[in-house]
Amino acid sequence: MTDTTEGTDAQDRLSPLHDEHVALGAALTSFGGWQMPLRYGSDIAEHTAVRAAAGLFDLSHMGEIEVSGPQAAAALDHALVGNLTAVTPGRARYTMICAEDGSVLDDLVVYRKADDVFMVVANAGNAPLVTRELDARAEGFDATVTDQAAETALVAVQGPRAAEIVVGLTAADDVPAVRDMKYYAGAPASVAGIDAFVARTGYTGEDGFELFVDAAQAPALWRAVLAAGTPLGLVPAGLSARDSLRLEAGMPLYGHELDATLTPYAAGLGRVVKLDKTDADGAPLPFVGRAALEARKASDPARVLVGLRGAGRRPARAGYDVLVPGMEFPLGRVTSGVPSPTLGYPIAMAYVTPEISAEGTQVEVDVRGRREPFVVVALPFYTRT
Amino acid sequence: MSNAFPENLQYTNEHEWLDGSSPAVVGITANAAEALGDLVYLELPEVGTAVTAGEVFGEIESTKSVSELYSPVTGTVVEVNQAAVDSPETVGNDPYGDGWLVKVDVTEVGPVLTAAEYEAFVGA
Repeated sequence: MTDTTEGTDAQDRLSPLHDEHVALGAALTSFGGWQMPLRYGSDIAEHTAVRAAAGLFDLSHMGEIEVSGPQAAAALDHALVGNLTAVTPGRARYTMICAEDGSVLDDLVVYRKADDVFMVVANAGNAPLVTRELDARAEGFDATVTDQAAETALVAVQGPRAAEIVVGLTAADDVPAVRDMKYYAGAPASVAGIDAFVARTGYTGEDGFELFVDAAQAPALWRAVLAAGTPLGLVPAGLSARDSLRLEAGMPLYGHELDATLTPYAAGLGRVVKLDKTDADGAPLPFVGRAALEARKASDPARVLVGLRGAGRRPARAGYDVLVPGMEFPLGRVTSGVPSPTLGYPIAMAYVTPEISAEGTQVEVDVRGRREPFVVVALPFYTRT
Repeated sequence: MSNAFPENLQYTNEHEWLDGSSPAVVGITANAAEALGDLVYLELPEVGTAVTAGEVFGEIESTKSVSELYSPVTGTVVEVNQAAVDSPETVGNDPYGDGWLVKVDVTEVGPVLTAAEYEAFVGA
């Protein structure tokens, strides 16, 4: 048997929670230059726990970059495709950073912590590039770009019981802010006696929180959440469960649904590009990639990101061809696929040509030489009730 | 795992095991099952299929990855564990028992390792 499970690399950085993962018996994997937990036991059980109760994730591999100063918002409006000036302090926004040619360098969540302080959260593998680009693009603005990835740990508590667990650990004075926090909002709070930036964001399709803390405090926070959450059904969950959860929720993953060959339009995420953003004088704001994106907006979407539901049991995997029954030439390609633990059938996301993108279209996926029947369905596959 | 390397079995460096009986029972090792994670799909040859030592005879799929199964022996498949095909998690739960894969009428055994040699091979 050929073992194709991911291994680890001696060059990998270690999470501040590495010792916790080892003590919990985690299987570790190399991801974005970090050694991170793939699963602690059964990845299906971890997935199910997040849907039914709660999961605890170490996301310390994500890159945190602070942009601060009187012109921080203007610098980000120039550097990113979104309109960050329009984000109210205490709120967050999903956005992207593009190259001059309009291609996606990374997808980001940006938190506006104060009028002049933003935290940009980048994917682990892209964080060094995003940091360099932000630094270069902030030149000429009264703004400072600081890479905080090394000293910042990120722990996510996700699932229907996440609020109960996090609020239960929050200092009394901060309880109202955390309990009543809206989706895509964030605020400082003391959790388990530890100073944290608490955000109601996530990547699982469930309610939940992401807790940014000083790396040195991460193990204490991790243990406190485990202790408080375990009686409520919380389990530590690895990247394998994170991937199947985000896929059920129809959320893109950089390197799969997004990459540097695509514009946001080609990825079906053109809504994040704010071509209407203006400078203080009301003139169109010349952000990086604007000219290319304006030109490519109409011409680009030759393919459509769709959901696929398998009729059989064999899952489609990234890179597999999508075909029309009876035809040899592929009309699409799978970007991500798993057997859905929640739904009980194989699910996948794929880029396909417009003519086979309508819901209900019967297609086939070439699963290692044998064509398996799939049907085009709406995204997301799963929405919490 | 206490029963990770049963003494009575032979092993291959592709992480299959076989017993010495005739026909021979073939499966994957606990070590392999553990590394793969939750198993979700198993593809095995039909009864009557000729298999060759060292060549692919099926595939096993976990939530995250797909692996090919290499036959430890040359011969003809005489029985397939349909219960494992229907419930692949059986292979992970009991790789040396209910999670066996196929029974093969053996004409030739490929290169095999003893339990101690396999244990050394996987670095346990």
